[in-house]
Amino acid sequence: MIDYEVLKLIWWLLVGVLLLGFAIMDGHDMGVGTLLPFVGKSDDERRVILNSVGPHWEGNQVWFITAGGAIFAAWPLVYAAAFSGFYFAMLAVLWALFFRPVGFDYRSKVADPRWRSFWDWGIFAGSAVPALVFGVAFGNVIQGVPFHFSEIMMPYYTGSFWALFNPFALLCGGVSLTMLVAHGANYLAIRTEGPIQQRARKASVIFTVLMLAGFALGGVMVAGMPGYVITSVVDPAAAQSPLAKTVIQQSGAWLANYQAYPLTLAVPLLGFAGGLLSLLCIAGRRDGLAFISTAIAELGIIFTAGVSIFPFVLPSSSQPGSSLTVWDCVSSQRTLGIMFWVALIMTPIIIVYTSWAYRVMRGKVTVEHIRATDRASY
Amino acid sequence: MIEESVVSLSRLQFAATAFYHFLFVPLTLGMSFLLAIMETVYVMTGKEIYRDMTKFWGKLFGINFALGVTTGLTMEFQFGTNWAYYSHYVGDIFGAPLAIEGLLAFFLESTFVGLFFFGWDRLSKVGHLSVTYLVAIGSNLSAVLILIANAWMQNPVGADFNPVTMRMEMTSFWDLIFNPVAQSKFVHTISAGYVTGSAFVLGVSAWYLLKGRDIEFARRSFRIAASFGLASALSVIVLGDESGYHAAETQETKLAAMEAMWKTEPAPASLTVFGIPDEKNRTTHAEIKIPYVMGLIGTRSTDKVIPGIDDLEKKIAGRIDKGITAVKALEALRRDPKNAALLADFTAVKADLGYGLLLKKYVADVSQATPEMKARAVDDAIPAVAPLFWSFRAMVGLSLCFLSLFVLSFWFAARNTFIEKKWLLKWAVWGIPLPWIACELGWFVAEYGRQPWTIHGVLPTHLSTSALSAGSLLLSLSGFLVFYTLLLIAELYLMFKYARLGPASLGSGRYHLENATAAKGV
Repeated sequence: MIDYEVLKLIWWLLVGVLLLGFAIMDGHDMGVGTLLPFVGKSDDERRVILNSVGPHWEGNQVWFITAGGAIFAAWPLVYAAAFSGFYFAMLAVLWALFFRPVGFDYRSKVADPRWRSFWDWGIFAGSAVPALVFGVAFGNVIQGVPFHFSEIMMPYYTGSFWALFNPFALLCGGVSLTMLVAHGANYLAIRTEGPIQQRARKASVIFTVLMLAGFALGGVMVAGMPGYVITSVVDPAAAQSPLAKTVIQQSGAWLANYQAYPLTLAVPLLGFAGGLLSLLCIAGRRDGLAFISTAIAELGIIFTAGVSIFPFVLPSSSQPGSSLTVWDCVSSQRTLGIMFWVALIMTPIIIVYTSWAYRVMRGKVTVEHIRATDRASY
Repeated sequence: MIEESVVSLSRLQFAATAFYHFLFVPLTLGMSFLLAIMETVYVMTGKEIYRDMTKFWGKLFGINFALGVTTGLTMEFQFGTNWAYYSHYVGDIFGAPLAIEGLLAFFLESTFVGLFFFGWDRLSKVGHLSVTYLVAIGSNLSAVLILIANAWMQNPVGADFNPVTMRMEMTSFWDLIFNPVAQSKFVHTISAGYVTGSAFVLGVSAWYLLKGRDIEFARRSFRIAASFGLASALSVIVLGDESGYHAAETQETKLAAMEAMWKTEPAPASLTVFGIPDEKNRTTHAEIKIPYVMGLIGTRSTDKVIPGIDDLEKKIAGRIDKGITAVKALEALRRDPKNAALLADFTAVKADLGYGLLLKKYVADVSQATPEMKARAVDDAIPAVAPLFWSFRAMVGLSLCFLSLFVLSFWFAARNTFIEKKWLLKWAVWGIPLPWIACELGWFVAEYGRQPWTIHGVLPTHLSTSALSAGSLLLSLSGFLVFYTLLLIAELYLMFKYARLGPASLGSGRYHLENATAAKGV
């Protein structure tokens, strides 16, 4: 059996990988969905946009579902405390997501323009709201969330719903949204041509610049923000209760990992590099490379959040001792071990057949194609 | 302590969202295999009509699938949002099949469902057929895994309580996966899905036949649905009986309540076919009983006794007393975690910890529980008899109704005379909703019968929720009801629209009203 400490670290990495998988895969179709009403000027154009992700968005969405399931299995305390604490934020995400499956599948089955316009905005909301709220949630996690556990480990959230939407969290929401929209715009540039492609490239530039600016501003804000430090001795290899440790708030603590291990600075740098590279690629009409670049930016940005607060995953601002860390929010060694092997075997298989699906459906989606397959297309 | 109203509203919200979800799941399960069968016939015979059948029924499948996905999203996240203590307490075990479901089943199903709809012109015949099978396999695999998770709630095997982390932890993954309850539940549930899919295709085809349109198309669809439906209906009933056997082994309280067995009968017990259970006087009026049958179903023997409610209550009262000791021992151990003697004390009684927790509904310090509180906890431990008794009988009655529909449909399909049997076709049309009702009743029996536990014998429902306010829950529950009802209306609108359009909706020019010959079905 793999060491418990190693498994805990592996699962930190795997949760990151699943979130990244979500951002790269579901993220691009959420970006496309957000751009839909703006980039598509006519019904035909909107159908081109919808059908560029039509065969894939369903599979992509499973990254989101699986990330949720994996957090349940690997970090049950995070699943319990964060999801119940962010109750209405989670419901806003869920309710917005409702519009996606239905929007995609039902929109073009009725010709009435009001029906179609309704679902177009539904898909927009179903794409933009989750993209924004995920960032807002991350922004709150980085600042610490007002929650604590009772003696029997019942999580209590003591903040309000509206307090979630503070300036730093909104900035993180903005970074998350612009990141996914820029990524989606690059995808759209690959799969379309003519005016839609031109508009997609323009959107890619605008949203990449906004993302970079937001990410930089976020870095400045994090530097001046109190972070959290564990002040008791923790044995990473032991099964433990989060309540067994002591934690304090400390200014500048979120920069400690970068100071202790300067190599980790490569992570935020990847975020910037990916964004800049995407701008260059779009300028040179290399849409495929631009898509890879925004994926790299997503890698950098998501892991920057993780590395900055490591080993914390859900710090508590109201009762720091209740904070969850990578050492104490986890499942048992057996469960982590089994789930590791399942993920190790299944993830490559999933990547292979997903790639095959994209290969089968490759090529530009055009207005002529949509008209020719009117009844079969979205 | 969590307010009673929060517990009730959380249960109501879970029940409502789960019932909505299961309006769409059985049709997905059943139709995915029917589509695979139709397409197999197409690939083997090369007859275009079978491809059109796959495409047309696939369209209806897609309309249903969209809402299955939508309502399924809620299920994946609701444990965390609304059942936070449950998620903490059993996430170590329960989370695993859910995560595996995503990795093994949802990815497969959802990746290939896109190719099923959009890959017709891009894949070879066999390539597309394989995609269709992968969708069917994916959706059925997801049923396996979620039923493993659910079966663990009914029969929590392969797990043990860890006082350090204050939760249940997995001791054997294989026990979890090969839970006998999971196996019978799986086959029973997917068969119910196949029945639902078959009844749907059978009923819609019968409607075309009654209207005298798209005869060739409808005749072939009817035959496939009749054969697949007959096999599935038999399987549902046989495996339903197997579920009964496992309930007798693992959930005596559910079985006793469902069968209104107020008193233990000498083995082999008789089966109450009909009666009017009277909770107050603990008796069933106007009973019609068949001797021996219950004993045979429940124990597969003629000499083993199935305990009635009276004996179960005595047993539970004893476990509650031991449970009080367990709760106190755990509290002492939590104050002094390194103390080996306290650990030994707790380990000796921890099997009854859950029964001690039942009292937490009435008193924070369980050692202060009065005899009256204990009596109420014992009473809670037996689920209400009448709702289970009636739901179960209604489910069985419905299953016999659609079994006879499939037997007759199959019989007349084999003799090729079903088109003239207007009464049979009408029955098929009006019978479309029956399997849905039976499915929902079945889930009601399974989950209401599990009360007062979320994890049978381990974690009481009243301790499982999140620390939310009743106001928040009212708001979220209303939100779900509004969204789901609107989405359901949109779904039904499109379902009726496309079912009425029929295969002509494919625009191939071969069907009803598309040209004169097709209208006659020649």
